[in-house]
Amino acid sequence: MVTLSSNIPSGPLASKWEKHKFATTLINPANKRKYKILVVGAGLAGSSASATLAELGFEVHNFVFHDSPRRAHSVAAQGGINAAKNYQNDGDSVHRLFYDTIKGGDFRAREANVYRLAEVSLNIIDQCAAQGVPFAREYGGLLDNRSFGGAQVSRTFYARGQTGQQLLLGAYSALNRNIANGGVKSFTHSEMLDLVVVDGHAKGIVVRNLQTGEITRHNGDAVVLATGGYGNVYNLSTYARGANVTASWRAYKRGACFGNPCYTQIHPTCIPVSGDYQAKLTLMSESLRNDGRVWVPKRKEDRAKRPADIAEGERDYYLERMYSAFGNLAPRDVASRAAKTVCDEGRGVGETGLGVYLDFSAAIQRLGEGKVRERYGNLFAMYHEITNENAYQTPMRIYPAVHYTMGGLWVDYNLMSNIPGLFVLGEANFSDHGANRLGASALMQGLSDGYFVLPATISGYLASQNPGKRPATDNDAFKEAEENVQAITKRLLGNKGKRTPYSFHMELGKLVWEHCGMARTAAGLTQGIKAISALREAYWKEVNVLGESNDWNQSLERAGRIADFIELGELMCRDALMREESCGGHFREEYQYTPEDPETKAGLVNPGDVKRRDDQFAFVAGWEYGGAPDKAPVLNKEPLVYEEVHMSTRSYK
Amino acid sequence: MKVTLKVWRQKNRSTPGAFKTHETPELNVNMSFLEMLDVVNEQLANRGEEPIAFDHDCREGICGTCSLVIDGKPHGPHKGITTCQTYMRTFNDGDEIVIEPFRAKAFPLIKDLVVDRKAFDRIQHAGGYITVRTGAAPDANSVPVPKQTADFAMDAAQCIGCGACVAACKNASAMLFVAAKISHLGLMPQGQPERYRRAKGMVDQMDKEGFGACTVTGSCEAVCPKEISLDFIARMNRDYGVALLKGDAKAVKSGGAG
Repeated sequence: MVTLSSNIPSGPLASKWEKHKFATTLINPANKRKYKILVVGAGLAGSSASATLAELGFEVHNFVFHDSPRRAHSVAAQGGINAAKNYQNDGDSVHRLFYDTIKGGDFRAREANVYRLAEVSLNIIDQCAAQGVPFAREYGGLLDNRSFGGAQVSRTFYARGQTGQQLLLGAYSALNRNIANGGVKSFTHSEMLDLVVVDGHAKGIVVRNLQTGEITRHNGDAVVLATGGYGNVYNLSTYARGANVTASWRAYKRGACFGNPCYTQIHPTCIPVSGDYQAKLTLMSESLRNDGRVWVPKRKEDRAKRPADIAEGERDYYLERMYSAFGNLAPRDVASRAAKTVCDEGRGVGETGLGVYLDFSAAIQRLGEGKVRERYGNLFAMYHEITNENAYQTPMRIYPAVHYTMGGLWVDYNLMSNIPGLFVLGEANFSDHGANRLGASALMQGLSDGYFVLPATISGYLASQNPGKRPATDNDAFKEAEENVQAITKRLLGNKGKRTPYSFHMELGKLVWEHCGMARTAAGLTQGIKAISALREAYWKEVNVLGESNDWNQSLERAGRIADFIELGELMCRDALMREESCGGHFREEYQYTPEDPETKAGLVNPGDVKRRDDQFAFVAGWEYGGAPDKAPVLNKEPLVYEEVHMSTRSYK
Repeated sequence: MKVTLKVWRQKNRSTPGAFKTHETPELNVNMSFLEMLDVVNEQLANRGEEPIAFDHDCREGICGTCSLVIDGKPHGPHKGITTCQTYMRTFNDGDEIVIEPFRAKAFPLIKDLVVDRKAFDRIQHAGGYITVRTGAAPDANSVPVPKQTADFAMDAAQCIGCGACVAACKNASAMLFVAAKISHLGLMPQGQPERYRRAKGMVDQMDKEGFGACTVTGSCEAVCPKEISLDFIARMNRDYGVALLKGDAKAVKSGGAG
């Protein structure tokens, strides 16, 4: 058992961060350059952290498995980034962004972290604008905003449908500047395969060069993981194909607790699945719900009709009907579940019946096609490429798909895991989104962690470590970690089975989607755990990995990642089984509002909405590795203590 | 549908490569081009043959990782579309499709269809940024940017750094890529202080990397998945010219703490 101490500073919510920054020990400039920090990952969090730490004077080494830091999957975020600037004068404030985010997360995030995120959001926009990020502008030259789900104000800043790309290029340019001036040493095509823990502290990593297969040891005074989320455990997702859990998972196996692994986000507006061969699901930005109306036919007999042949009165605009206050801008978990419900009722559209319409005809009538094209042109073009349909003329067909993981390695208020010296940023940590993330909040968190939070907190840890005294790479712990990596590679390549690694990934994805997807039950999860652990055993007997270790070998890369995904899938099911409540994206069928509940009668919620059990489950689950894949992990709990906000019933009606 | 693939296979830089023919199994017209390659690779792996190495990641046309010259054209037949967003319905049953890597001296081959594009990163190290320390930024609305300028900068900024422009060019020139970056930052008011220094630094590095010269044939613009305009090259040439006229900034004669 480990103790998960959140280390939230005392005092009023609004002054905690200021106070904590002052209380954190600083390091003098002459000593800073004696500390070496290893940053793994170069998305928004990793690039921004690397650049900022180098600016502060630390020696930074950045590792990324891509050929260039600019490829990280933050690049694909479409819609925007939230900030409480209140440039629209529509009633926004730091407190409102904080409240929307904590409510959006169904009161399962840490209050103090979320408040800090909302505070820092102001600085992020300033920073990015100064880097030359070409945000959308009004004619007067000032910044434009749009609305996103879960909020009634317009606080989302954007750069066409490519906000993530532009923010990443901004962070990448800051990284480039620091690579050029020697502050950061960049290691590309370099995949972290183990964490080195010396005397209980994270002091290094073991890395495989994907081009040459060379395994190297790297030592540092602290290790920072900014390695993204694990949604590819489902195989089919909106993630990039290369996105994986390996860095986080190997840290978990070295003792870092995994927080709330079952909290996954299923995004409501993605292009529906069309066949078995499919390797990727494509997101259609949530920003489309600003102007698109979601509907299905009222009667299931109409589901095969052409949408134009279904009269207005025969359509069910179910989000507007069920959640009148937020309508089509209901949060993602709510919108996804509603889509599933209407499809389960047999009213889903398209060949598979797993689809709903996202209709722009009203917006085109109101604004004209030109304006709609200006706002969403690239998304309509992308939709056309994939489906061969013109969404200006006929509604888009969409369905929920795996998009983000709120769970991740457990961290305290300083973003440090329970292994001292190991920090975790961005989607890779669990901290800010609770059980559901609101749209345009992921970019905010990645940059908040990297530009502003970690650079302020890491010195508190480093000050406790003597400068220039990090263990050398000939230390036994480094040797043991390298041997571990070599052994995994050898085992994979030496196994002479008959099945491809990918065939296991597809099977795993189906199991996790079926048992730990949009709706979960105790019986299903129990079955899932059994099936996935059997798959793990089968993997090591039957997998066949081609090629050599000292060469560019995509089969080998993938095989190692899939092995970790299989183990993670089992942990997700265990976490979901343990959490006997519904909250945000975690929907346990046993725990939902019924027509008889007082909250339903009071009109706060709809029957079927998620029902939390605050008396028993207001905690973060921090899972600790059991020592071997077939040994049960240990559950540690961090109670969620809300000092200022009341955990209320989440209502969007 | 089924197609025949003629694919460039090469173990590594020091081993000569050759085209090899692979027959696909039955395909679905709604498959993406890369999903087709996935299916072929599974088939190869099941037969114990090494899968075709190809680069890919986001599969939604934004990360710039995927490449491939398909039937002689970088990113395949469609205008303004990456390889990963190309769908099999574009091809006919029974077609023979030729797949090659992006070929350029500055993009050395790694394996099969994968090339090393790190030269692009090094060009950006040479000035592809606005110098602003974290925390030093003024309020975002304190510097208004005319909408037209922001939109124009965005046209350039959306370059995904894939290198198709280089692959299409008979001289393997990287002018469109470099021009996009220089124009994006050089258009924004925030980018003015370093505008000419940036243009000079990046162009010089581009030359050092071994990319060829531009003869304005426009093949780069024709294949660019983000349809980045050739006009930006004119902008870059002007900025580079001004940078040469201005010359290097004079060294400060005296310094030190006051």
